[in-house]
Amino acid sequence: MILRRPFFWIIAAAIAAFAAAPLGGDVELRESLLLAAVYITLASNLNIMLGYAGYVNFGSIVFFGLGGYFCIWFMNSLHWGLVGAVLAAGAAVSAMAFLFGLGILRLRGIHFALATIGVVEAVMAFVTTFEPWGGSTGIYLSTELFQALGGPAAALWTIYYLLVGVMGLSLYLSYFVKRSKFGVGLRAIGQNEDAAVTLGVPAPRYKAAAYSLSAFLPAVAGGLYFFKGAFIQPADAFDLTLSTEAIVITMLGGQGTIFGPALGAYLYEELRGWLLTSATFANFQLVVAGVLLLAIVLFAPGGLMGLIYRRFPRLKRVLE
Amino acid sequence: MSAILEVERLGKRFDGLQAVGDLSFTVNEGEILGLIGPNGAGKSTVFNLVNGVIAPDTGRVLFRGADITAEAPYRVARRGLARTHQIVQPLPAMTVLENCEVGACFGRENLPLARARAAAREAALLVGLEAQLDAPALQLTIAGKKRLELARALAAQPALLLLDEVLAGLNPAEVARMIETVRAIRARGVAILMIEHLMQAIMSLSDRIVVLNSGRKLSEGAPGAVAQDPAVIEAYLGDPGLARNGR
Amino acid sequence: MIGLLASILDGVLVGAVYGLAAMGITLIWGVMDVVNLTHGAMIVAGMFGVYLLVDATGVPAYAALAPVLLAGFAAGVALYWVAIHRVVGQPPLMSLLATFSVNLVLIGLGTALWGTVLFNVQVSLPGFSIGRYTFPGTHLMAAVLTAVIAGALYLFLYRTRLGKAVRAVAGNREAAELVGIPTTRILALSCGLGVALACVSGALIATLFPFTVLSGDAYQLKSFVVTVLGGMGNPTGALLAGLALGLLEGVATPFMPVSWTLVLEFVLFVVVLIAFPGGLLSVRLRRRRP
Repeated sequence: MILRRPFFWIIAAAIAAFAAAPLGGDVELRESLLLAAVYITLASNLNIMLGYAGYVNFGSIVFFGLGGYFCIWFMNSLHWGLVGAVLAAGAAVSAMAFLFGLGILRLRGIHFALATIGVVEAVMAFVTTFEPWGGSTGIYLSTELFQALGGPAAALWTIYYLLVGVMGLSLYLSYFVKRSKFGVGLRAIGQNEDAAVTLGVPAPRYKAAAYSLSAFLPAVAGGLYFFKGAFIQPADAFDLTLSTEAIVITMLGGQGTIFGPALGAYLYEELRGWLLTSATFANFQLVVAGVLLLAIVLFAPGGLMGLIYRRFPRLKRVLE
Repeated sequence: MSAILEVERLGKRFDGLQAVGDLSFTVNEGEILGLIGPNGAGKSTVFNLVNGVIAPDTGRVLFRGADITAEAPYRVARRGLARTHQIVQPLPAMTVLENCEVGACFGRENLPLARARAAAREAALLVGLEAQLDAPALQLTIAGKKRLELARALAAQPALLLLDEVLAGLNPAEVARMIETVRAIRARGVAILMIEHLMQAIMSLSDRIVVLNSGRKLSEGAPGAVAQDPAVIEAYLGDPGLARNGR
Repeated sequence: MIGLLASILDGVLVGAVYGLAAMGITLIWGVMDVVNLTHGAMIVAGMFGVYLLVDATGVPAYAALAPVLLAGFAAGVALYWVAIHRVVGQPPLMSLLATFSVNLVLIGLGTALWGTVLFNVQVSLPGFSIGRYTFPGTHLMAAVLTAVIAGALYLFLYRTRLGKAVRAVAGNREAAELVGIPTTRILALSCGLGVALACVSGALIATLFPFTVLSGDAYQLKSFVVTVLGGMGNPTGALLAGLALGLLEGVATPFMPVSWTLVLEFVLFVVVLIAFPGGLLSVRLRRRRP
């Protein structure tokens, strides 16, 4: 029945586009699309908490970084294969997120948001002194791990397609959650948590589940991303910039929509690319992001999709 | 008639103010019990204590025989107790239908989404909102929002409905309509505990009345008897002489 | 043992400044239900304010406090009008993102201007010695000045009409409006005060430790820990909780590496949030509606 909805096929088309575009061997395009896929993954999953339940997760990078660490550790020390390591990393991070969420999500949005700011600092401080994970120097992956995938060049292509797959799963996950009873409950929480609870929405459980769910695919993406670089260290794994950008992207595109994060990711990456090459603005990446976010919050809280839907309300039936 | 809600010696203190003290009353199945009292008597607090928004200091709340004292509101809702709010609490960006869906999905019936949609439609129909199913809740008038509160609570197929000043802010035509709706709800077998300030309405709707003053039960009984009770008259009008001298 | 005691006492002195910073957060939070995520950036602004003034004019660091306080107040009022005014009534998500975005801008500008280099403000003040242990003069001075500023805030809040208005708005904004209090101006004023406190505490911290543009994050986290420990909207609680945190740091630093202090504080933060959502003290500036 869901196959009849046009949006299902729109997502499929997007995935196909990502898969087909660099087929000619254009490595530069592939790298650019890979980064876009990462952004879309992070933003779509962030949306589950932010756009539906209305809870800002400032530290979503923690899923990405921990996923990377778990994956590399599983492969390096336990000698697992890529797919197994990546899935296990996702599961591990999800489980941790669920436990943490059960505790911290009994509270309201503000407290949760503050806790997510702190959690990145705390985890980074911890990992920096945690010797089994390389402490502050990090872990280097031996390149023979790439041989299992057919050598470095082939491995990069495999990783690309896997990441596109993860991106697609993120979009579908976001879509299915939105259309499910779980999603109705989350959105009720986001609109008015007190009213939702009185109506019977089991808020603490739902919020923890959403938080945990929103951790899985970013953790998998993190595993793939850092495996690709064959190196992970705390400063990169827990760089708040990426989670900040995920927030800006989600808000820019339109929180609570599925197409929004994808649109936002594309636009943001274009903007960022332009900023980095422009002489005046190279250092002002975050300043521009901040100004953009402020403008959205003050004047267009529904983001671009919000503006589009206001102009073309009919599109709501097709897009999400 | 068996009791569907039993409140036993409920007490709650806020920073030195005894909002509710040693309160006991019962709501029977199929009846409409009116809860009245001067402003600040603690009526909304009673609702909050019953459905779990705040925990009482003393006393118990029993719903259909089960002890639900201080249980989380969503668990209470799942048992079949729904409530509306004095200050309406719509889910603003969601449509009327979606608002009711939430009630249907997470209330007593715990329906899957498809069946919830049907139940939601039915509830909206009962209160007369069928023309605005796709309108975002924030666009409704105050009367519409009040009806939405009601529809949402009904969509959950509750056994007991707590109505908090559902007539406040409505014009006479809307009041009359709402009274009819409340009667229709009772006709379906739902017990109702309602707080109201519109004396004529609540006196005519209720089977029994409980009068609250400063958190304590002042009087209880049939509407006619309660209206004649000198203590009640004094509480509302302040001058016992007015009671002694007739109306 | 004496060494531990000295460490604790020293921690308490520094903790006073943490308390001052937290008062900035709790004031804004209590009055308008907004969490100011520019707090860290404002602390850094205070640090740089002192540095630049001292560097440019050669005045002693403590003389720079007054201008920093005033500039902070102005910045806070500006912050209110630019970012907060439009989102005050909306869901907390919006004000969080609004102040967060301003923070991005400020930190971005800061790193563009000054990079991530370490800065230091030179203050020479004789210390106070007991036996082998010296309490740095700067720590003592910072604690004293904190007491003075906190005292001034108290006098303002509890002995002036304007302060009463602030407390009224914190208690119930609609009611305050109904009795004729110009709530919007009070909100702007409170925001100004909150940011001024952040800036001046940053200025004091600059006299104690070296800093970079990115130091704000750690102090912001400490401020939040102190705020929830003391109870949201409770300035007394903030000050006392600041001392408590300082005490905790004093106990912990001889025994664990510096980076672990932050982990400990975060764990404490989460534990307090879960176990004591109202803070460890019960007196509040703002009553919860029943």
